[in-house]
Amino acid sequence: MAHAPAIAHGAEHEDTTTGLNHRKLLMWAFLGSDCMFFGTLLGTYLVYQGKSKVGPFPEDVFSIPVTSTSTFVLLMSSMSMVLAYAALTRGSMKGFRIWLFSTAILGMTFLAFQVFEFREFANHEVHFECSTPLSELTEYEKTFVSQCTDASVVVEEQHGLTPRTNLFGTTFLTLTGFHGAHVTLGVVWLLSLFFYSFKGGVRPETNLDVDLAALYWHFVDVVWIVIFTVVYLFGVFPGI
Amino acid sequence: MTTLAIPLPSRPVHPSGVWGWLTTVDHKRIGILYGVTAFIMFMTGGLEALYMRAQLSVPNNDLVSPDVFNQLFTMHGTTMIFLAIMPMGAAFFNYLIPLQIGARDVAFPRLNAFSYWTFLAGAIMLTSSWFLGGAPNAGWFGYSPLTGEAYNPGHGIDFWILSLQILGIASLAAAFNFIVTIVNMRAPGMSLMRMPLFTWMTLITSFLLILAFPVITVALIELMFDRFFGTNFFVPGAGASPVLWQHLFWIFGHPEVYILILPAMGIISEVVPTFTRKPIFGYPVMVLSGVIIGFMGWMVWSHHMFTVGLGPVANSVFAITTMAIAVPTGVKIFNWMGTMWKGSIDLRTPMLFAIGFIFMFIIGGLSGVMHSSAASDAQQQDTYFVVAHIHYVLFGGSIMALASGIYYWFPKMTGRMMNEGLGKLNFWLVFIGMNMTFFPMHFLGLDGMPRRIYTYDPEMGWNTWNALSSTGAAFLALGVLVFAVNLVRSARNGEEAGADPWDGRTLEWSIPSPPPEYNFAQIPTVHDRDPFWAQKREGVRAVPVAGGSGGDDEHSIHLPQPSYWPLLSSVGLLIGAYGLMYATSSLVALSVAVIGVSITMVSIYAWSFEPVNEPDGASEH
Repeated sequence: MAHAPAIAHGAEHEDTTTGLNHRKLLMWAFLGSDCMFFGTLLGTYLVYQGKSKVGPFPEDVFSIPVTSTSTFVLLMSSMSMVLAYAALTRGSMKGFRIWLFSTAILGMTFLAFQVFEFREFANHEVHFECSTPLSELTEYEKTFVSQCTDASVVVEEQHGLTPRTNLFGTTFLTLTGFHGAHVTLGVVWLLSLFFYSFKGGVRPETNLDVDLAALYWHFVDVVWIVIFTVVYLFGVFPGI
Repeated sequence: MTTLAIPLPSRPVHPSGVWGWLTTVDHKRIGILYGVTAFIMFMTGGLEALYMRAQLSVPNNDLVSPDVFNQLFTMHGTTMIFLAIMPMGAAFFNYLIPLQIGARDVAFPRLNAFSYWTFLAGAIMLTSSWFLGGAPNAGWFGYSPLTGEAYNPGHGIDFWILSLQILGIASLAAAFNFIVTIVNMRAPGMSLMRMPLFTWMTLITSFLLILAFPVITVALIELMFDRFFGTNFFVPGAGASPVLWQHLFWIFGHPEVYILILPAMGIISEVVPTFTRKPIFGYPVMVLSGVIIGFMGWMVWSHHMFTVGLGPVANSVFAITTMAIAVPTGVKIFNWMGTMWKGSIDLRTPMLFAIGFIFMFIIGGLSGVMHSSAASDAQQQDTYFVVAHIHYVLFGGSIMALASGIYYWFPKMTGRMMNEGLGKLNFWLVFIGMNMTFFPMHFLGLDGMPRRIYTYDPEMGWNTWNALSSTGAAFLALGVLVFAVNLVRSARNGEEAGADPWDGRTLEWSIPSPPPEYNFAQIPTVHDRDPFWAQKREGVRAVPVAGGSGGDDEHSIHLPQPSYWPLLSSVGLLIGAYGLMYATSSLVALSVAVIGVSITMVSIYAWSFEPVNEPDGASEH
């Protein structure tokens, strides 16, 4: 087993058994642990999928174009994070700050999308014309067909989705809410690094600080890709 | 050492007295804090058990009301598992891991302090429920929907949820720390297969902790949201499944069982070779069986749910995996016996407890294998037979091993020997007491006595065994009392121990007792599996290596400096949790919660900008 050479003072090389920095190892262990956290939340969501007794259901509220856009924004933030780290290791503080700030902005944009989405869901309206053929209505809308006294009636009712509404609301909002909390923490972290860099706290030699934030940020992105696929895409297109 | 305690916000430099303990980041001091707190909580949990045994000693007793009885068994289980056995294991991790791997501290000393203070916050929170409107009363596994707002109004369950969350944070932080410490801070030459078995079992336990605790965290969050915000996770009326909680709880709960027993097995694997003067028999197999137990611990959780009605396929699969996990456990038992075989056995108190462990754990293991048959388990489910089983593995197993570890390492921690006469008295009282208390429970269970009942009719035929069990509990209590007396007396005026009283094998015995703050003046180089033993026998000298330090000169060793922030972060968590408890009904409580969380956040922020050592070299001593 190879050991890091022991250097008494000012060691550039990590003086650890594996050669890997302590904090980096800690971050990997934490991410492994966090996988179990999101795994359990997602497991709860899947166990209760289709078990809600009242609407609205996923296909009533999800808007795939909107969430695809926010997913794209978050993916781009991962790219700008990579560019920020690359700029820092190159020694370009200016490039680092630009890309780091962009990452934070993209993260905040994603959060804004999420706030918008939650608000939309909370104010969800059932809205259809009674002339619509029954086959084009969602399962949830069909439960309001009794209000159709004749074909000219327009059914319009507000039935929002909150954590209390049904099992879908409970599990979906908890899962995505905790993801949002992770993104929020990431944005605070990135902005802290951004402002700290003006005080000389972030330098090319100390790029580990940025490396750790980047690891976390990419992880949160990957979690979102899983959520988007399993919850949104499979929720709306159950056939795939 | 100066005796100056500089007030906030400047950083403490070598504070003494109480300030020294409050701001310490020394793994040895933190280990002692963990140990003392865990022992106090062990006696608290024991008191709760004695109340229950007193109530059950005669039929139709009315010493405690049914409601108080519910609180007693819930608190007894929760206290013993989360506040006594787990932190007692953590005490050994803290004290021993850096010493066994030849390091000067853990990887993250301040995170380590944070773990302890957060654990203490959780312990205070849970125990205070007795005085703040009633303790939790739904059992240590808190099955839904019994824990729901509809069936359990009042704050008992809220205390349970929030304190377990706090304790989870403490355990997670500690486990991350020990994974990094063990993987990354071993002395030169200490490859994985040269690590002491206690260190190995700690590593496996830490991995179980970081993977199992997120599951219970989420389950508790879901339960908390149900109770605080009216969500539907465990509301059957909304279509929720009551079985979800059981799955989530036991996916955590079964690895948790191994979190409780693997450190115990690690201790036994250190004590048995030392007191038989032989290397451990089959070291690689001992490591492998530990890893297999850690891995298979994830595949058996539904054996807690055989009577739920998961169906014959699920029951069969989990019955088979449960039987299979007995194999690596059996391997360990045979290896301990193989170690003792033809060894020159020295029956000092640590060894007595170790042998007691092996005997008792075999009995607990055998009744465990009986449970693994789903058909047989259906008869035993929810009876005193299960209570007997859990106490043979957790008292006869974990507690006996922890006692063995205390007698074994006490000289290292204090520099004084524990009294051997009192130690033997302690062992025999505990050994006889525990068998008298828990063995009759097998018969009671097979006779149909359900667990968790507060009393029974005299015609049930359970009188004799219950009376015997309660008498045994008195012996047990006496044994624990002797233990406490021995601890206090020996710490004050025990016989001087010297560095190596047992002719030890591992690195911790190569340094003075108690160890200096920096542990090793020179970081040792390891050439063997039992490095200190080999050094003594073959005269191999530890080759000084200028590790992270400046070499031989102890005045140039950099130690991490004390810090206020870990303590403050934990205090904030405690305040926040108390506030959160009443936050949905009171604005004052809500602001208290906000203040608490803010204290924690500010402290963590300040902590992350605080260097491990101030650059001015104030940490040198």
